[in-house]
Amino acid sequence: MDRQVNETSVPSNTRPGKSTAKYPAKYSAFSLIKHGLAKSDWPRAWREHDLKKSYDVVIIGAGIHGLATAYYLATNHGITNIAIVDKGYVGGGGSGRNTSIVRSNYLTPEGVRFYNRSVHLYQDLSADLNFNIMFGQMGHLTLAHNDSSLRTMRWRAEVNKLEGIDSEVIGPDDIKQIVPYMDTSTNTRYPIVGALFHPPGGTVRHDAVNWGYARGADVRGCEIHQNTEVLGITTIGDEVTGVTTNRGQISTKIVVNCTAGWASLINAMVGLKMPIVTHPLQAAVTEPVKKFLNTVVVSGSLHVYVSQTDRGELVFGASTDPYASYSMRGSLEFTEELAGHVLELIPSIAKMRVLRQWAGLCDMTPDFSPIMGFTPVKGYVVDVGWGTYGFKAGPVSGEAMAQLIATQRVPDIISTFDFARFAEGRLVGEKGAAAVGH
Amino acid sequence: MIVVPCPWCGDRNSMEFRAAGESKKRPDVNTATPEQWRTYLYTKSNLADWVTETWYHRAGCRRYFAIERHTVTNEIRTSRLPAAQIRLDESKGS
Repeated sequence: MDRQVNETSVPSNTRPGKSTAKYPAKYSAFSLIKHGLAKSDWPRAWREHDLKKSYDVVIIGAGIHGLATAYYLATNHGITNIAIVDKGYVGGGGSGRNTSIVRSNYLTPEGVRFYNRSVHLYQDLSADLNFNIMFGQMGHLTLAHNDSSLRTMRWRAEVNKLEGIDSEVIGPDDIKQIVPYMDTSTNTRYPIVGALFHPPGGTVRHDAVNWGYARGADVRGCEIHQNTEVLGITTIGDEVTGVTTNRGQISTKIVVNCTAGWASLINAMVGLKMPIVTHPLQAAVTEPVKKFLNTVVVSGSLHVYVSQTDRGELVFGASTDPYASYSMRGSLEFTEELAGHVLELIPSIAKMRVLRQWAGLCDMTPDFSPIMGFTPVKGYVVDVGWGTYGFKAGPVSGEAMAQLIATQRVPDIISTFDFARFAEGRLVGEKGAAAVGH
Repeated sequence: MIVVPCPWCGDRNSMEFRAAGESKKRPDVNTATPEQWRTYLYTKSNLADWVTETWYHRAGCRRYFAIERHTVTNEIRTSRLPAAQIRLDESKGS
């Protein structure tokens, strides 16, 4: 089933178009009451613009990474002459298709530091953006079904503690206390032997993050151009000079690739090849029920993660489809396997019905880490290779990429994620990523 | 679901296979520089188009073969034996 028709449809108050209402408006309890009583229209969250001939920075991809980069360029560095172009609509790719889990209990110290910065940014994001992103730090459980995954978890917990992150290994009895519906008995096919418990982890409303950043960037003077497809990138020698779109030519000195699953296609426009393979990742939601699951539950061995939204739906995600593809169709195998695995963990939800399923595209790298920073083409900057962990890294990537573009120097926090690491044999090896079956 | 035509076993569900990825030429191990070798190992074209790939029939004949697949529609155009097998058959005169 195609997800575009339901879950990510844009609500009327954020749909682009000419607005008669006053702009910009700050959201507050007062404005809620005012608009509620007057039954007046809310102003558009961001404006539409004609494409200018020239911008300081052109960001390709209006997802969380592109929008956050623009937002932090404007907020932290005062650069506002920015165009964010997208062939579709704001948050229509992976940013609106992920299962919205945020955590920082990764395995490598650089991974932990990076994602922890993101958790901290998420904590303050509702206030910063004046947009409720509904960050619920409900806790995050990663289950271990065998000794080797328990060993990796102990390793992760120790790395996490050294970086000052709340993360510990707990046993089946403690798991049962946190999730009473979980089958922690030993007579199952994959008995649960322990779990990595990460209290600061949780979920966010992903659409709100996209719209919040879009609105924040717009208020500060950046231009969001939806339905604007990049057809080519013009270069002279090894230097970027502009971008060709279906709405005309733009001249710019800096182009940022934030296109996730489509990253290779944009890279090809400047003749670059990277170690990226696009795999679909499928997810599904059930009908809503009363809240019973107060934690995000992940099982690497069973390739499944579950959380319950504020509306009561269970959100499921799995590992990526086992072959490269740009197709976003769901498959029966996915639903079948998912149902089997979820019922191994929580047998009592057997009668719940799946409402819908969808897929998003993941740009997988061989070391489960992103590719961020400068490239051999001057002025062409990438923020790609986000695989299955792009959403939780959105704020910190935006902040780091903005710093990189404004200062023309690589910030320490992303220095190990450079493109040159593949040619030089310095792969990161992030085995704490969701796609890794332990 | 995609159905993969195995040149040995016929049409089978893709779950029986392992997609080994884009087919590409392996550099000579004796002369390749570390950079060339790493480029061969990691770099991918990742096209949204017709691609030639190697697949392995893991839960079947356990042989490698090449297919042409469109990565946007998952449609499969041709399926053939790997180049090495074709060369072997030709040298035997079969």
